Amino acid sequence: MQSTLFHRAAVGLTSLMISGMVAASDWTERSDHNLRPGVTAVSKEVYDLHTTVLWIVTIIGLLVFGLILISMIRHRRSKHPTPATFHENVFLEVLWTIVPFIILIAMAVPATRVLIELEDTSNAELTVKVTGHRWKWEYEYLTYEDDNNIGVSFISNLATPPEQYENPVLSGGLFPYGTAKDRVGQDFPEKSHNYNLEVDNKLVLPSGQKIRFLITSADVIHSFWVPDFGGKKDAIPGFVNETWANIPEGQEGIYYGQCAELCGKNHAYMPVEAKVVSQKEFATWLAQKKEEAAAAPDLTPFPDLDTALSAGEKVYKANCALCHGAEGQGGIGPSFVGDDYVTNPEHLEDHIHTVVNGRNAMPSFKAQLTPKEIAAVITFERNAWGNDTGDLIQPADVHDQE
Amino acid sequence: MSTVAAAHDDHHHHAPTGLKRWLFSTNHKDIGTLYLWFSFAMFMAGGFMAMVIRAELLEPGMQFVDPEFFNQMTTVHGLTMVFGAVMPGFVGLANWMVPLMIGAPDMALPRMNNWSFWILPFAFTILLSSVLMSAFGAGHPSAPNFGWTFYAPLSTEYGPASTDLFILSVHMMGISSIMGAINVIVTVFNLRAPGMTLMKMPLFVWTWLITAFLLIAVMPVLAGAVTMVLTDRHFGTSFFSAAGGGDPVLFQHVFWFFGHPEVYIMILPAFGIISAIIPTFARKPLFGYASMVYATASIALLSFVVWAHHMFTVGMPLAGTLFFMYMTMLISVPTGVKVFNWVATMWRGSMTFELPMKWAIAFVILFTCGGLSGLMLAITPVDFQYHDTYFVVAHFHYVLVTGAVFSMFAAAYYWLPKWSGVMPSKLLGELHFWNSLISVNLLFFPMHFVGLAGMPRRYADYALQFADYNFWISIGGFWFGLSQLFFLALCLQCAMKKGEKAPAKPWDGAEGLEWEVPSPAPFHTFDTPPVVK
Repeated sequence: MQSTLFHRAAVGLTSLMISGMVAASDWTERSDHNLRPGVTAVSKEVYDLHTTVLWIVTIIGLLVFGLILISMIRHRRSKHPTPATFHENVFLEVLWTIVPFIILIAMAVPATRVLIELEDTSNAELTVKVTGHRWKWEYEYLTYEDDNNIGVSFISNLATPPEQYENPVLSGGLFPYGTAKDRVGQDFPEKSHNYNLEVDNKLVLPSGQKIRFLITSADVIHSFWVPDFGGKKDAIPGFVNETWANIPEGQEGIYYGQCAELCGKNHAYMPVEAKVVSQKEFATWLAQKKEEAAAAPDLTPFPDLDTALSAGEKVYKANCALCHGAEGQGGIGPSFVGDDYVTNPEHLEDHIHTVVNGRNAMPSFKAQLTPKEIAAVITFERNAWGNDTGDLIQPADVHDQE
Repeated sequence: MSTVAAAHDDHHHHAPTGLKRWLFSTNHKDIGTLYLWFSFAMFMAGGFMAMVIRAELLEPGMQFVDPEFFNQMTTVHGLTMVFGAVMPGFVGLANWMVPLMIGAPDMALPRMNNWSFWILPFAFTILLSSVLMSAFGAGHPSAPNFGWTFYAPLSTEYGPASTDLFILSVHMMGISSIMGAINVIVTVFNLRAPGMTLMKMPLFVWTWLITAFLLIAVMPVLAGAVTMVLTDRHFGTSFFSAAGGGDPVLFQHVFWFFGHPEVYIMILPAFGIISAIIPTFARKPLFGYASMVYATASIALLSFVVWAHHMFTVGMPLAGTLFFMYMTMLISVPTGVKVFNWVATMWRGSMTFELPMKWAIAFVILFTCGGLSGLMLAITPVDFQYHDTYFVVAHFHYVLVTGAVFSMFAAAYYWLPKWSGVMPSKLLGELHFWNSLISVNLLFFPMHFVGLAGMPRRYADYALQFADYNFWISIGGFWFGLSQLFFLALCLQCAMKKGEKAPAKPWDGAEGLEWEVPSPAPFHTFDTPPVVK
């Protein structure tokens, strides 16, 4: 095992060197070592404030360190054998109390101005409610221009497949997995370019309009953060926080963000991917989403098991693998491999019920998955990893439970 | 009079030996030694957890542990370092040095002193047992995994069963700290030698006195926070649950009302140590003694009105946010005064750079770095970007590792001759210092960069652009961890009395009562109080 670990370290080193080049593009095209200026007017002001303060503290630091250095060189015993005896100087002491105070005021004035601007969420044209879940974001479009009844909402999951990151050699603790030997030395899939940042359903936003985010949480505290929009705000269960962004026209594109408050196991795996489009494109997208939301759910049955299985595998990876393991081996949630619950026909109805309505720590999925997707994923769970029950669950079976 | 004193001496001579000496000790020096060894053991244990964290973050993806265990490591690393390494380390130094510095025969409440130490090994056995169980892997109970800040509802509704072990052990640590603090206060107020007025006390005694008041003020608040978490978990209360009419943000207010003064509890004694060492090796009296005392007191007072700067992003009202921003910025004034005073003490002195001085100068420079990034974090609009990123991790490791921990190393090199009677090995000391100095900056400086670039803290895995710096951070981490073995070897040598015999006053520029007793300091000192002119 040691030699394999060493091998992996070597491979890691090489890939790091390559990733150094990769890092020069895309999200990081501007910087991988400094704050991002961002795209909104406020984020640029925040960046300017950061730059100003950074210069001030750098100059103060260099001044102090310079004095120490001079003193260390000139006032060492070999150069300066007789020490002076002074131990106070009222003028100096007053001076270095008052001067920092004035510098502080110089910093506090612009800081106050930017802060007041940041907190002003009035006159927004689009309101999006952002709800943190363990471990995904839900976006609900509440109002847009004069439309106060949009009724569009969806869940946004990490799109990076678990095979790319879920390959530890140790189990939950410090001792090797039962299957560690199989895993070590295995070739893992190369990490995608937007590893750990890409999602399935993007947060679509219009450019050139003020967007107000209402931020809350369904379970623990999360923090909604898109650096390019100028800051983060905590998502707190039972409370609604506000923040806003106005992405200028001409700055359409993809903006990434991450959860910034520890929320449990997969805290690192719930990114935000915002897709900013022109107002025209946004209106079209929203109209289409409204239509989809209004339409009756698609209950056309799967023609055969294989169609359901391939659909189910995708749903499983996006929604279930985080807790139940990429190979159904379990984790926070129970294992599915050969488990009675997913192989015994007696539990089939309960299985559907649990996915639809949730149970204990397991969340309800009826708001975020269609009956067809739920049917597909249950079919997948009951046939993958050698479970082979042959059960084919149809969308109508699921719909009955909702 | 002299015969009475002699008879008294006789009475003390049969000092206990073996296990009893340590278990039942009421001697401030022995208890101080126990505290210091305990602190170093916890430093190594917490350091091992940091190694696990850095191994996982060496490259993106999950290579070694799973994210759940990673969270347990960050949590228990923080708790162990704060409550196990830094706080007991300073209490150990107070035990050894406060009586020696004020000419007292012992701490005022020696039996309580024994108790306040012996609670700690039990408290940490409870806390660390949860990690031992969890280390056996999936299916074993999880250790606390909610970060050392244990925010509700992650620690209440969503906390693992071991949260209760954590609550019990935090209660015990709190009791220990409060008793230690009471002891320092009573000792300083009652057992000063004749002539040792308050404004003649060494700054280490002053800073510890103020720290002790902070401890008494805020440890009960922490006890309240963990108790509310306990009742929310098991007795149906809803202090921190919105569903029952409570408020998760209340938890953060209560926690940080403890947590911010706690930050100063961990740094004020360091200021005292540095204020002792720099004058010694600059051979010049401390510049602005009185202003140092007042600055320490102002920092302590201000520390009670800045707590919400840890939670700018929870959505406070604008007026509240502005208040906490201004107060936080204000705290840099007295802190600046201290740094300027140290520089002025060095200025036109006659400096030599023995090991304690090396650590002290490293402290002044690197702690100032941490202070300056702290000032940046105080600026609320920018904090919305910095908050909960590696920039914060860099900041508080600069003040806690290159601040508090470096000051304790400085203290150890400064007073080890007094404690052990031998001069610590120069070779091991130099190796320890230079390896630590270089590696600690490789470890923590790039964290500023990844933090600014947008890497959130407590992330078990990260996007690819953070990979390069994280690799070097991890290398710095392993290097810093291994460098501490030099110190372990050095301490063992001193404990075994191997090395050049130390004179009563090994540093020619040193001043203070502690240098008037022989090295090693005898079991009992100042049975007859010295007279301070």
